[in-house]
Amino acid sequence: MRENLNVIAAYVIMLGLIILVGFLQSWSVALSILCFCLISAVMTMGANIQWGYAGLINFGIMGYTALGGLAAVLVSVPPVREAWQVGGLNMILCAFLIALMVFSIRFIIKKYNKSNKRNYGIALVIITGLVLLRLISGPAIESIEAVSPATTGFLGGMGLPILFSWIVGAFFAGGLAYVIGKIALGLRADYLAIATLLISEIVIAVIKHEDWLSRGVKNVIGLKRPVPYEIDLQTKEWFINLIAKFNQGTLNLITDITEKEQLLKQLVIDGSTVFVKLCFAGLFTVVVITLLIITQKALYSPWGRMMRAIRDNEEAANAMGKNVVKQHLLIFVLGSAIVGIAGAMMVTYDGLFTPGSYRPMRYTFLIWVMVIVGGSGNNFGAILGGFAVWFLWIEAAPIALFLINFFTSGLEEANAFRVHLIDSIPYFRYLLMGTGLLLIMRYRPKGILPEKIRHV
Amino acid sequence: MDIINAIVLLLNYIFVPALSYGSQLALGAIFVSLIYGILRFAYFTAGDLMSFGTMFTILFTWYFQSLGISLGILPTALLAIPFGIIITILYVLLKDKLVFSYYRTKKSPPVQLAMVSIGTMFVTQAIVRIIIGPFDRRFFDGEKFILKANEFKEMTGLNEGLTIKSTQVITLLVTIIVVSILFWFLNKTKTGKSMRAYSDNEDLALLSGIDPKKVVMITWVIAAILATIGGALYGLDKSFKPFTYFNNMLPIFAAAIVGGIGNPFGAFLGGYVIAFSEILVTYAYRKFFIYLLPESIEPDGLLQLLSTDYKFAVSFSILVVVLLFRPSGIFKGKVL
Repeated sequence: MRENLNVIAAYVIMLGLIILVGFLQSWSVALSILCFCLISAVMTMGANIQWGYAGLINFGIMGYTALGGLAAVLVSVPPVREAWQVGGLNMILCAFLIALMVFSIRFIIKKYNKSNKRNYGIALVIITGLVLLRLISGPAIESIEAVSPATTGFLGGMGLPILFSWIVGAFFAGGLAYVIGKIALGLRADYLAIATLLISEIVIAVIKHEDWLSRGVKNVIGLKRPVPYEIDLQTKEWFINLIAKFNQGTLNLITDITEKEQLLKQLVIDGSTVFVKLCFAGLFTVVVITLLIITQKALYSPWGRMMRAIRDNEEAANAMGKNVVKQHLLIFVLGSAIVGIAGAMMVTYDGLFTPGSYRPMRYTFLIWVMVIVGGSGNNFGAILGGFAVWFLWIEAAPIALFLINFFTSGLEEANAFRVHLIDSIPYFRYLLMGTGLLLIMRYRPKGILPEKIRHV
Repeated sequence: MDIINAIVLLLNYIFVPALSYGSQLALGAIFVSLIYGILRFAYFTAGDLMSFGTMFTILFTWYFQSLGISLGILPTALLAIPFGIIITILYVLLKDKLVFSYYRTKKSPPVQLAMVSIGTMFVTQAIVRIIIGPFDRRFFDGEKFILKANEFKEMTGLNEGLTIKSTQVITLLVTIIVVSILFWFLNKTKTGKSMRAYSDNEDLALLSGIDPKKVVMITWVIAAILATIGGALYGLDKSFKPFTYFNNMLPIFAAAIVGGIGNPFGAFLGGYVIAFSEILVTYAYRKFFIYLLPESIEPDGLLQLLSTDYKFAVSFSILVVVLLFRPSGIFKGKVL
């Protein structure tokens, strides 16, 4: 019971902090913090499944997030017919060629024993495949990218509702994780970390520079939304009535009709952004709660027990007849797929896809800080970590500003030292994250909400 | 004549840049490899430690410049490097005392130490950005070129020019000196031998009376020296930007692993393997073949294997291939 109280208290404090931001700064800021907290929570759940349940270290979170984002683009953007006409056929041919390469390599590996000849054979397949790919795709890519490059210049997507992309993103990320897992899961823990980190950089490089697929650094903007647009809301009768009802008290105080209308208009504009963010927060909460229920069930199922057994003693689990390699691969794919969902959610919320903004500090290491601070192996802890760390990440700047002003209040306004400190406020968040991580690892190595071990 | 032109072309655009870039990577890779061998964890702060050392080198360079001290045709930074090294040594020793020693005495698993090094990475990044800011800084002064393209053309009468920047020569010379001193130290002196023994088999080394504290301290000192020199050379050659240094961590790790982690000499060569393959694969060979082939079969395309955008991807792909086929690295390090 006491442990449950801890959890409840931690969450109440967290929500209280966000509400405090609502009162002190603005509700719009508070809600966008909440939305990103929820997205971070999904990411940490994915990382927590891998690290907390199975002890697999995955520094490729950035790559899966970006793939989820790519899914959002490929699902929701309407197809660019012209581009498909000039280059679609060749690109489909390329896809077939890649599939053919994979199958022929698999065939060689299965059919022949390990030898130098086999390696040369594989190398030959890869090299001829790459040359053919280059020959087929080269002109097609050029012509696709030439189709009105300022607005499209890529193949576009499928034109479906963007909500589908949350599932497609999971499949994309899971697929990539399957490939990576096949390659790298045999490595020792810290090598797996480096390998996944490097592979995620490759994924970003591809997304950034294959303009025909994702428009690359030219970004995709104006993605569809699953929730109404502010502009539409502001003209809807029911919404204006709702706002009027909500603010009846303030409105009644004003007697002048034109003034009243002006105020109402302002309130409707403010209210529409809050309403949109509320809708997003609602959607994200649904995802978080669904995932939480599923992961919680999984954790306390026989499968979850097996995963923890594998994590705690691989050899013993292996001796008990558990297929460690297969389970590791499974959990690697599952966790990555959840991260993929989060990636798609984030792009959906932002309404734009900017491959240039994917950086390992923000999308890999920060997520890891969240998992470790929150409590690995405990889903509630991981979610709390996502909330707390994201909250600090955003609010670090105002806090730092306050502290700097406080400590340098003896100095003049234009003092060079003070100005320099105030200029470098954005970087205090790194300091905060780093010291936070170090302190937690030292004094509370299991995180704020440690893993609960149920003894039967 | 065409053949000589073609060779000069390759020298100018591939060999010289790759050699200096490789040296900078090699210095980083050696210390990552040493830390891995002796302290037994993946040191994620590598790139940021280099930027930390470089930052203080830059600050001292500015200070010397303001005093009017300079080295003539050589960059002032060379004078500032020792001071940068001293501060970096103090910083890593402090960090070890405050952070790493606790986990070492507790014999925590390497993964936990790697996580801790991520914490120090955040802190180091914050310190660098707060002190000097995230912007691009150039701190090179002195004579920029040793050999200019035009001079070379006049001298030899070739069509292709060969440019050698003074920073490239400095990089190479300093690397050779530092690395030979290091290998002399590791192979010939008693402390160096005890370090290698400790890296080989910790228990046996302790039994034979090697002082672990000393070994660990010297490892950190060497790491700080190499990080500062490597970082400062990179900054002199290109420019100093904290984010680039953080990114350099990845090819450095790639070099260390490709060379066989825990094996400093392998890491040294690994740096060049990574640098050369990055540049070889992304270079457009069109002009090269124009020189070599008769006019009738001159190539149309750029003849580039991969676009330069994928520079990083190349080193990582090499790493993945090495990990798959030779997990102990090309030059036999520890088996993963």
